[in-house]
Amino acid sequence: MSELTLFLIRFAYVAILWIFVLSAISVIRTDMYGARVPANAPQRAPKGRQPKAPPRRRGSPTHVAVVEGPNAGARADLSQAPILIGRGQDAAIRLDDDYVSTRHARIALSGDQWFVEDLGSTNGTYVGQARITQPTTLALGIQVRVGKTVLELRK
Amino acid sequence: MVTPAPGAFLGFVHRRRRGAELFLLILALAVGLGAYAAVGLGVDGEVPTDIVVYGGWLTALAVAGHVAIRLTAPYADPVLLPVVTALNGLGLAVIYRLDLAKDRSLAAQQLTWMTIGVVLFVLTLVVLRDHRILQRFTYTSGLAAIVLLIMPMLPLIGTSIRGARIWIRIGPIGFQPGEVAKVLLVITFAGYLVLHRDALALAGRRLLFIDLPRGRDLGPILAMWAVSLGILVLQRDLGSSLLFFGLFLTMLYIATERPGWLFVGSAMFLAGAFTAWRLFGHVQARVDAWLDPFAHWDTGSQQVGNGLFGMAWGGLLGRGLGLGRPDLTSISESDFIISAIGEELGLTGVMAVILLYGLIVERGLRAALVCRDGFGKLMASGLALVFCLQVFVVIGGVTRLIPLTGLTTPFLSYGGSSLVANWVIIALLLRISDQARRPIPDLSTESDDADASEQTQVVKL
Repeated sequence: MSELTLFLIRFAYVAILWIFVLSAISVIRTDMYGARVPANAPQRAPKGRQPKAPPRRRGSPTHVAVVEGPNAGARADLSQAPILIGRGQDAAIRLDDDYVSTRHARIALSGDQWFVEDLGSTNGTYVGQARITQPTTLALGIQVRVGKTVLELRK
Repeated sequence: MVTPAPGAFLGFVHRRRRGAELFLLILALAVGLGAYAAVGLGVDGEVPTDIVVYGGWLTALAVAGHVAIRLTAPYADPVLLPVVTALNGLGLAVIYRLDLAKDRSLAAQQLTWMTIGVVLFVLTLVVLRDHRILQRFTYTSGLAAIVLLIMPMLPLIGTSIRGARIWIRIGPIGFQPGEVAKVLLVITFAGYLVLHRDALALAGRRLLFIDLPRGRDLGPILAMWAVSLGILVLQRDLGSSLLFFGLFLTMLYIATERPGWLFVGSAMFLAGAFTAWRLFGHVQARVDAWLDPFAHWDTGSQQVGNGLFGMAWGGLLGRGLGLGRPDLTSISESDFIISAIGEELGLTGVMAVILLYGLIVERGLRAALVCRDGFGKLMASGLALVFCLQVFVVIGGVTRLIPLTGLTTPFLSYGGSSLVANWVIIALLLRISDQARRPIPDLSTESDDADASEQTQVVKL
């Protein structure tokens, strides 16, 4: 094979390598600037389209249970989602816990994933050790603490 | 506390970007297969005859990874998988090139290991739907890591290769448990530090503008220091020792935001390194080879020297794949693969490879930045740091920036344990980035103002 062909192959390969590197960088660039949130058009789904049915997947949680606190043993079926947790009359799980707010937290479904959201409670909602500031994903067995009460999703 | 827009990080929502991933993946396959074809053209003057089978296999692995991400982690980072595929493909081609020179077939074995790696990658993504589950196994994985690190020291199964006792051999299969241990250690460190970072961040004595940590908090770092020295002395493995201690130190710094830890840790590291240099022959040999590789040619620095010759001979654009003599350097398919790349693809190629590693680290740290929980943040940054430290230590060693310490170059080097472990690391990073980039759902229903008739008591801590 001639010297020139080999040189061209060598050159072409280094070029392919760099084209790949630069394309990867440009994907990262568009990833940074490509998806600004519209300021006054929040992309929330219409209210009616909120999926209410529980996910069909096997091994998905069916109810939320109180595992610790004054109301240990109480439970609520996840088919009534979103589930309100608090001391108020309208809560799906009513807790007689002095450290729980009237409307403390909510457990809801989005896609096929359960989330817990704090509703501006006085003492906060904790997932694991961390106080949550935004909706946080829940899975089976992950413990949510409100006041002196601990809840978790169960099958 | 009011967030400006739900689901937004700095005012952005992330898109899925799976199409971009597919596009990059095709380019990545061009990088891998192009290298394979170029090797054949350079050595034999024709494209290897088995390139269709080989290319089909590589494509199938890449597509398997891509489909797994589409199904199980749709919001995951689009760059990681293509970059890793390109590096792995390039590594395979360079190993194949060395096979041709040395008449053996390591590339086929490496392809088998890559297949196992991709299978574990897919399994990790399918089984592990939420990385926070790993937090439950903080101490279990720590214990498992220690058991794995001790295994090579046991009689019967432990073996010593090239002076380092870091292998176990059961039947025909050899394995380096340390590679798995590093993933487990990241989980342990992340789980431990996320719980104890507040205590560890407390400032102690102040010395020259730096708040040193309190003396009573030194326990964990001393324990990790002892483990690293144990690996250095008992297993004679400088690379892993440096990797584990560096990993703990940087994760500690990330968790506590206290520069004081870096000073304490660096001082401990320097003291340990200096003592090891004075006491142990195998450390001295490495330092001698680093300071002057040409003066100790017959006593162990030949490898470093040959690597340097190779890279110098490669120059800016390289000799061309298959046209250099990287086989002159011993074990150039493993630690010294970067010098083989330097010889045949030149500085331009080495820069591209280092940049690709940089992209992996950047995407890992990005996932840590966007991630919503402390454990995930620490774990993602820890996994990115593993790559960062490992690449720095091995490429720094080969290019004579620091003494050579012997670690595998992630995804490029020949070596099953390392390849499999690194594929799992990438799967974990993708899982965390999927969780982090997934838009936060809007759970708000029409909220009526409930009367707060009963006053809620405030928890007093």
